Amino acid sequence: MATDDSEVNVKKISHVLAKYKGESNLLIQVLLELQKELRWLPKEGLLKISQELNVPLRQVYHAVTFYKAFSLVPKGKYTVTVCMGTACHVRGSPRILDRVERTLGINPGETTADFKFSLETVNCLGCCAMGPVMVVGDIYHGKLSPDQVKWTLDSYD
Amino acid sequence: MKRITLNIDGKEVAGEDGMTILQVARRAGIDIPTLCYHEKLEPYGGCRLCLVEIGTSPRTKLVTSCVYPAADGLPVQTKSKKVIQNRKMLLEVLLARAPGAKIIKDLAEEYGASKTRLKKKASYCILCGLCVRYCAEIKKADAIGFIGRGVEREVMFIPEISPKSCPPCRECFPLCPTGVLESNFILAQSLIFKQ
Amino acid sequence: MPKLKSTLELENLRKDIVSKRDSSRLCFTVCSGTACRATGSQKTFAAFEAELERQGLKDKVDLKATGCHGFCERGPIVVVYPQEICYLHVQPEDATEVVSQSIRGQIVERLIYVDPVTGERIAHEPDIPFYKYQNRLLLGNNRLIDATKIEDYIALGGYKALARALFDMTPEQVLAEIDKADLRGRGGGGFPTARKWRSTRDAPGESKYVIVNCDEGDPGAYMNRSLMEGNPHSVLEGLAIGAYAMGSHEGFIYLRQEYPLAVENVTIAIKQAEDYGLLGKNILGSGFDFIVKVHKGAGAFVSGESSALMTAIEGKVGEPRPKYIHTSEKGIWDKPSCLNNVETWADVPFIINSGADWFTSIGTEGSRGTKIFSLVGKVNNTGLVEVPLGTPLRDIIYRIGGGVSGNKKFKAVQTGGPSGGCIPEQYLDSPVDFDELTKLGAMMGSGGMIVTDEDTCMVDFAKYFVHFLSEESCGKCVPCREGLNHMLDVLTRITEGEGQAADIQLMEDLAGMLKEASLCALGQTAANPVLTTLRYFRDEYNAHIYEKRCPAGVCKALLAFHIEPDKCQACLICARNCPVNAISGGKNLVHVIDQSKCVKCGTCLEVCPPRFSAIKKISGEPVPAPIPEQARVIQRKG
Repeated sequence: MATDDSEVNVKKISHVLAKYKGESNLLIQVLLELQKELRWLPKEGLLKISQELNVPLRQVYHAVTFYKAFSLVPKGKYTVTVCMGTACHVRGSPRILDRVERTLGINPGETTADFKFSLETVNCLGCCAMGPVMVVGDIYHGKLSPDQVKWTLDSYD
Repeated sequence: MKRITLNIDGKEVAGEDGMTILQVARRAGIDIPTLCYHEKLEPYGGCRLCLVEIGTSPRTKLVTSCVYPAADGLPVQTKSKKVIQNRKMLLEVLLARAPGAKIIKDLAEEYGASKTRLKKKASYCILCGLCVRYCAEIKKADAIGFIGRGVEREVMFIPEISPKSCPPCRECFPLCPTGVLESNFILAQSLIFKQ
Repeated sequence: MPKLKSTLELENLRKDIVSKRDSSRLCFTVCSGTACRATGSQKTFAAFEAELERQGLKDKVDLKATGCHGFCERGPIVVVYPQEICYLHVQPEDATEVVSQSIRGQIVERLIYVDPVTGERIAHEPDIPFYKYQNRLLLGNNRLIDATKIEDYIALGGYKALARALFDMTPEQVLAEIDKADLRGRGGGGFPTARKWRSTRDAPGESKYVIVNCDEGDPGAYMNRSLMEGNPHSVLEGLAIGAYAMGSHEGFIYLRQEYPLAVENVTIAIKQAEDYGLLGKNILGSGFDFIVKVHKGAGAFVSGESSALMTAIEGKVGEPRPKYIHTSEKGIWDKPSCLNNVETWADVPFIINSGADWFTSIGTEGSRGTKIFSLVGKVNNTGLVEVPLGTPLRDIIYRIGGGVSGNKKFKAVQTGGPSGGCIPEQYLDSPVDFDELTKLGAMMGSGGMIVTDEDTCMVDFAKYFVHFLSEESCGKCVPCREGLNHMLDVLTRITEGEGQAADIQLMEDLAGMLKEASLCALGQTAANPVLTTLRYFRDEYNAHIYEKRCPAGVCKALLAFHIEPDKCQACLICARNCPVNAISGGKNLVHVIDQSKCVKCGTCLEVCPPRFSAIKKISGEPVPAPIPEQARVIQRKG
């Protein structure tokens, strides 16, 4: 679960970074591991990453804002990912996204106020036969129609 | 250094092995416009204005002269129809980005792009990267960097480094082709660093 | 376990594994690729496991979780060996029946394939039209392999090619064989593989790198995913052979993080190969060292471009570099680096095992071998299709793909992802290879093939690709960053009814700048979807611009939904489902949509019972005014 408790986060960050000291070419791999561990990348962590990996801080900032996998704000308990790949698009994914936005009250990149759901879009999960696809947490929901969105999301507590 | 000869716009021009087309041209006084080039910095290839057409028809291609290695006997056209067309379009889109910037306006007029058909998105920063690269390569301070991707790409003063590093230095400010860098720094100081 | 120290030891291991397997024994294989997992194949697998336990069959019958079968439309797929009976859409509750019937040598009729046109029932997997017309050289083994068990790969002859290369061939001979096979890169560029290998091999320097590009960013394409998940060793073996040919001792697999199962499986595969001495130091006792590292992407399409990918491996942000010196000479850390696509590497062991002549007997001159395509979109048999290069589009879409879904009319097939183009019906007999489609303004690309029908708006489709690319552009160079952004603005205006006559010329000018001035291939090919749709579907653009009409009924701003009063039976279903309560009416009162509230979501059209079909999409003409209230009362007969 994401937290904005600085102390907890810095501890987790130090723990992960200890494995990678000085390995500047592993910046992206380290960031991926931290994102997975903490469910976001707190700002105070970025300086630490720059120092431990010996990478200019500006490069760390660029990486975390360039790649979609990273978030500078805490993510919700469940990440709702709507696939917007071409196959899903022709099968109506924009309408699914529309319905999810309406149901949760947030836009892609945002998190609900109760920290339960974060919404993301992705440009292809490789499950084109199942399109349109929405992933909630680890579970893939395929052949989705807009009226299934609400009860699918309601089933997560 | 081995001496080589290029054929630029029909004329024989001398150069040295290891130079780029742009370096050879500039040394000979041949005009090729650039926005993101600086002789002290690694060539970037971002603005694309320095495009030239190399090779012999019909097998020609457009390359950025700031990066392309000069080779003995290479035929180069700095103002072919294709080159002009592309520079014109590049300046048209740059005008939408930095409408009041003198250097853009002047170049645009020279290439016949004085009016833009495009929606103005006047951020004034053309993302040439001169400031970022100067700070990284020459000053080695890394106080400024790129963030974001695509049209959301921006230049940002690094909050942990810039407040202390930048005021005594300020060497990148005059490098900015549109002049917006200094204003952005002042804004950052008052709104973000709160100095 | 002790590392293998010779070809003989490998062969003995193979014989040992095979001898312990009884191929006449019943074996249930459950497809465990990501798509089948998305339909619950893990639960199906667990149900089979439990059932075999329950019936006391665990030691008499085999159960295997395999790689992607390719017929993704019909997952979860279970194939029963040795008879190769193929069951589709297998749910956990079906496990009991399938197991019991299979033990008796019987077939579960309700789960086998039924031809949608002829009604023919086909149980034998190779006879199913989807598979029958394919040549599953690369993907075929997925059905027989559990990617987490290297022994499966070895049993099928795995690593024989590597042994042959290391002990019976010189690096130059390996290169010559790839050259003779005329293998061309499968990542989209189609560059002659041997030429790239030779350039890396000849480049000065001791340290050289070989790289697998598994960034596979084209939306709708997942060929590489299935190979990496389902048969990672085939790629590793090819990579090791290439490393030997080029004199490289270190390889990277760049894998997008959106493919977690592929990351997991290839990591396991590397470890198991190392344990057996098939990777790492002194492979098979040959003296050749080769290690492989996995490097994950973090969500950027542009990082799949070869110079960007190499920059990412260096730990920097994966942006392309202006490429006038080939990366095969100066790549990662300015060292010679050879990057090839997953499928290209997977072809290598076949060429070494069976020879270049065999490889060139498949395909056409200039395009040898097979190619995997991901056939998706408005097609009946969505899935992965592997055919010899040169197969006509029509065969792929109709013969194997089963034609357009829902009996709709075919409109175009988009090939080559965002760098490719749309091909309309009149060119469906074109053979699919590296060169033919380019003549039509499209390209084969890495294998994505998206079928669109009469309900697809080609302007919206072009806008989709431009939107995708403008989000994925790294932003370094002016033409791509600004050009795509403005192109998107223009297309958005057109789809919102604000297109102008001058827009077409503007888009063509922007396209020219993108093509000729962009730094990398993302920008250079970005205009293709727009250019091909302009070329073949100009009438749709014209309708949007001059008539404010969307012929396919997709562009929301140009649509209105209307309930036809003479068809409406006042069932209230649409009114209840409307998310913004825009529909008024009641029992026996014809329903009316309040156009000012309507958000054009299309729910009403979806839920209106087919026998009434009272809802119509209108575009390019005014919506009929609502009939007077008194006229809305429905008179029901007695």
